Amino acid sequence: MSDDNHELEHVAAAEPIADPGLPEHLPRPTDVDPVMEKRAERQVATLFGLSSVFAILTCVAYFSLNIGGHPTVFLGMGASTVALGGCLGLALLAIGIGAIQWSRKLMSDHEIVEYRHPAASPQEDRDEAIAALEVGIAESGIGRRPLVRNSLLGAMATLGLPAIVFLRDLGPLPGNKLAHTVWARGMQVVQDVDGAKIKPEDMEIGQLVNAEPEIFFATNSEGQPVIEGTALLQAKAKAAVILVRMHPDDIKALPDRRNWGIDGILCYSKICTHVGCPISLWEQQTHHLLCPCHQSTFDLADNGKVIFGPAGRHLPQLPITLDADGYIVAQSDFTEPVGPSYWERDRSNLT
Amino acid sequence: MSAPAASNGTTPAATAKPNPAGAIANWADERLGIATSAKKQIRKVFPDHWSFMLGEIALWSFVILLLTGVFLSLWFNPSMGEVVYNGSYDQLRGIHMSEAYASTLHISFDVRAGLLMRQMHHWAAMLFIAAMLVHMMRVFLTGAFRKPRELNWIIGGVLLLLGILEGFAGYSLPDDLLSGTGLRIADGLVKATPVLGSYMSFFMFGGEFPGDQIIPRLYTAHVLLIPGLILALIAAHMLLLVYHKHTQWPGPGRTEQNVVGYPMMPVYAAKAGGFFFIVFGVVALMGGLMTINPVWRFGPYNPAEVTAGSQPDWYMGIAEGLLRIMPGWETHIWGITLSWNVFLPGQVAPMVLLGIVLGYPFIEQWVTGDKREHHLLERPRNAPTRTAFLAAMISVYGLLWAAGGNDILATQFHLDLNTITYFMRGAIFIVPPLVFIIAKRWCISLQRHDNDMLLHGYESGVIMRDADGGYSEKHLPLSEEHAYRLTARNRDQVYTGVSGADANGVEAPNARVDQLRARLSKAWFASNVQKPTKEELEEGHHHAELEHEHEVPLEGHAADGHQFDGRHDVVGDDLTHKH
Amino acid sequence: MRLFTRKISARLSTRRRSRVAAPAVLIVALLATGGLVAVLSPASADKASSDAATIAKGRALFAVSCSSCHGSNAEGVTTERGNNYGPSLIGVGAAAVDFQVGTGRMPMAQPGAQAMQKAPVFNSDEIAALAAYVASLGPGPSIPTADQYDGSGVTNAQMVQGGEFFRTNCTACHNFAGSGGALPKGKYAPALKGVSSKHIFEAMLTGPQQMPVFSNGVLSPLDKKEIIAYLKTNESAPSYGGFTLGSIGPVSEGMFAWLVGIGSLVGAGIWITSGTSRKKKTTTKGADA
Repeated sequence: MSDDNHELEHVAAAEPIADPGLPEHLPRPTDVDPVMEKRAERQVATLFGLSSVFAILTCVAYFSLNIGGHPTVFLGMGASTVALGGCLGLALLAIGIGAIQWSRKLMSDHEIVEYRHPAASPQEDRDEAIAALEVGIAESGIGRRPLVRNSLLGAMATLGLPAIVFLRDLGPLPGNKLAHTVWARGMQVVQDVDGAKIKPEDMEIGQLVNAEPEIFFATNSEGQPVIEGTALLQAKAKAAVILVRMHPDDIKALPDRRNWGIDGILCYSKICTHVGCPISLWEQQTHHLLCPCHQSTFDLADNGKVIFGPAGRHLPQLPITLDADGYIVAQSDFTEPVGPSYWERDRSNLT
Repeated sequence: MSAPAASNGTTPAATAKPNPAGAIANWADERLGIATSAKKQIRKVFPDHWSFMLGEIALWSFVILLLTGVFLSLWFNPSMGEVVYNGSYDQLRGIHMSEAYASTLHISFDVRAGLLMRQMHHWAAMLFIAAMLVHMMRVFLTGAFRKPRELNWIIGGVLLLLGILEGFAGYSLPDDLLSGTGLRIADGLVKATPVLGSYMSFFMFGGEFPGDQIIPRLYTAHVLLIPGLILALIAAHMLLLVYHKHTQWPGPGRTEQNVVGYPMMPVYAAKAGGFFFIVFGVVALMGGLMTINPVWRFGPYNPAEVTAGSQPDWYMGIAEGLLRIMPGWETHIWGITLSWNVFLPGQVAPMVLLGIVLGYPFIEQWVTGDKREHHLLERPRNAPTRTAFLAAMISVYGLLWAAGGNDILATQFHLDLNTITYFMRGAIFIVPPLVFIIAKRWCISLQRHDNDMLLHGYESGVIMRDADGGYSEKHLPLSEEHAYRLTARNRDQVYTGVSGADANGVEAPNARVDQLRARLSKAWFASNVQKPTKEELEEGHHHAELEHEHEVPLEGHAADGHQFDGRHDVVGDDLTHKH
Repeated sequence: MRLFTRKISARLSTRRRSRVAAPAVLIVALLATGGLVAVLSPASADKASSDAATIAKGRALFAVSCSSCHGSNAEGVTTERGNNYGPSLIGVGAAAVDFQVGTGRMPMAQPGAQAMQKAPVFNSDEIAALAAYVASLGPGPSIPTADQYDGSGVTNAQMVQGGEFFRTNCTACHNFAGSGGALPKGKYAPALKGVSSKHIFEAMLTGPQQMPVFSNGVLSPLDKKEIIAYLKTNESAPSYGGFTLGSIGPVSEGMFAWLVGIGSLVGAGIWITSGTSRKKKTTTKGADA
């Protein structure tokens, strides 16, 4: 670090103005006027007294104001929270203001001077410390016994392995899970929340249905849901879809997607390809779908193409058809992984 | 080896005559030896300036967070197990939700003062990070991070990072629709990591998103791991503060060798203690009067639902803004996917920012070549490049926060969402340099103004008419105290580098780097105005006196201007027209 | 303080197994069935539309106020480039007219990204006449009846389900508290607070402007009524945590943290460290002049 030891150019100019030294201390009104002093004392005591009053009011509010199903209401607001916060706040503020007023008006206000020492230790302390350290090192023999030293270092480093290995069971490996959803050939597309089945004639042009696979509402022979709890949330996080209906002439389907819709009804993944927010801000006239999180905008009339925002890929489309009863069903699972990108996405095994 | 010493040379205090209070102190000192350490600290000096209180806001907010957090933890149940809500909030009764969300509703509706404590906890968290940031800006602007305080700056930077992580973990705990959406975005950010993304996501969530692990894991981090680290670092921060002693503004009697102010006992105990209650009181008022994060309106997390206005808390606004304005770049090659659109703003940018923050003291030191200890603060105008750099960074922060709230701006101010985004994409490159230039020139003109005042006096506001009928404003000399304060700063010393080649024509090994450093140093100090020398100052005063004589003789006149400027004593110099 | 407080007495049933629950469910079910029949029946069954005089009045109003954009026979107007200047109103039904004109969105003051809500230009008779005229052009959804949209009679469980529908279908655009949200290119989803139940029902039914349609075939009239009940319950609920700060999420909260929190605390810091007033030293001998 030789370049750090360079001589800084020395500017010899004398200081233009000499330090005049600490200004003379002037007394405050409370220092010289006993009336003012008494008044300040009363002020501070009053503030502390007020604090006690507000603290008691806080307790009164705690017991007298209702919460829960029949809350006490004050000016359209929950009275309990407002009164508790207000009284507690004032009780605390009064103590704070009182203490500071005390220090400003009544405590001695003579500024005092303390001298600094350099951050570094004195040279003799350093020398002593180094000497002590050298004795310690020499006595340990760590320099003379490289075998001991190196094997110890090796042992410490190896101990890092269990520390990492022990984290292995934080979660299962992803495998191929991100590439698949619960959608399958013939699974009905039903309205979210109530599971209502959907026929094309129920949908008008400009209609949006927030939909789910029918299996989320299915029950087994004992009346228990087929998927529930965490598994349901995990499945929903990938399988949520939206059904939209637009004028068939407006749709510019890719050649291999011509039979993916039903008379202007198309089904798209609801999971944004950017970072995975569910999207359903559909503009029925422009056919644009906007993500409320980061404003990626997809054109649902044009195969889910990105037309604005940070998303890098089109929105996956779910091919749909009709079942024997005329309800809308999936033709298959999605033909690509839904949701945000990840490193090995393009190598996902979709079969 | 010499014979072992019989004692180490110090003699313990003889037991004093006990009085009730003294007895306790005596008992403690006999076991802890506290008198030795306390004798210096009891009257430790703290200088007075409003900007020295900013860090205290952060400290007291953290204490409030601990207090309110303990209260909340008595009822909060950090579990993702599914329950049916049966509490007193009608609008959600009968809905399946996680125990975390149900217990948050319980705290909000069925525990008295629960909602108050939740809101106080949240407001205090916002203030904690905001106060750390303004404190950091104060330290930055005044050069208080310079030697010997670089390590304390780094501790502060790490505290800010930990505070943000702590805040995000807390924001995620209620498991409502908003926090779940935040976690989902975090999942998207993690998945964009090259090579390991999907593995990291599965390890974080204990399986596929959302899984049933993330809330308990975040809870451990939120109540144990991160607060423990924060507490330890705060302790280190305070210890270093005590060791280095506080910086102070230069002024009469205030030098690099001393610190002038009020003693810990009693004045600062009262001021700092009082300030704790003020911060606590303000947080209580905010918690009682201002709704924050009304989780009951969001509903439980459901991966098929989302709400307009899904934003993180303000301190994540910068990352949110970057995510929003980033173009949708993604590379697909050899069967791999690289999401620049997520990876760059979500992972690289925060790391770069952190690197700049933590490394700044060393970068500046390298450029300026200044290795001296500094205990006197620098006025922001006297370090124009540093001040301008912070101004530019603030503009970056502000722009990105605004970009992160582009939908809110659009609805509140009837603007076009897309136009805001396009504007921000350009502004993020154009505005900060402009702000830098403006702030730097502003600082330099303020320096010029200081020198003008030193050389020619201050503008008194008294207009004089001379014999020819021309008008001029009367300048009056500064008080000695004020003039000293303006000159109490170092002259800038540009690093010029070691000479390019030695006597034998051999270039110094890292001459290139050294040249770069010299160039940077020159640019750093370029155009800065130096304080006048003694000669210049004397000449200026002499000139002013001459001018004075040329103006109007004042003897016998009603006023020489002193009476009106409010800075000069008029005692014994009464106006001729009494009223 | 008691003087200023009141208790909410008549909240929706907090005990769901009330004695009146079963009859109430029955009544609601009957009303819903009736409503469904009414909606599904062709528009021609509507008595008002058969009133020739009303239709004639509506036609006259239409010619004056609407035809410049929607065409003299409501067939719509297209520009030379084929863009839609004013859409065809054939088949949009009375409900669409009642919503658009009743909320003041139509007639538009000027063409723009979005028709703004404003004070209605027509009175209720004129709106009825316009609606009758448009309904006579082709079958479309008719104006819902009070028993269809009035959510005050639903059970708590139904209102809760309405919340589920709301969060699934509505919050993405209209925000979690119905405060509204942004759409692309300067458009927006309006705030829902204060909008009448009838207009909310009609908006879902007809999909005005960019809003998608939520037809009765998929989102049944009862579902819609539940959503309205949820919204109205929230409107009448107190703001539990003090002032709402606009209910627009963390951005405004962050702003308040800085302005109110940091602002007042920095102010307090300035006060704490400011110099107190000093007694100026009065010297007995005159100051050097």
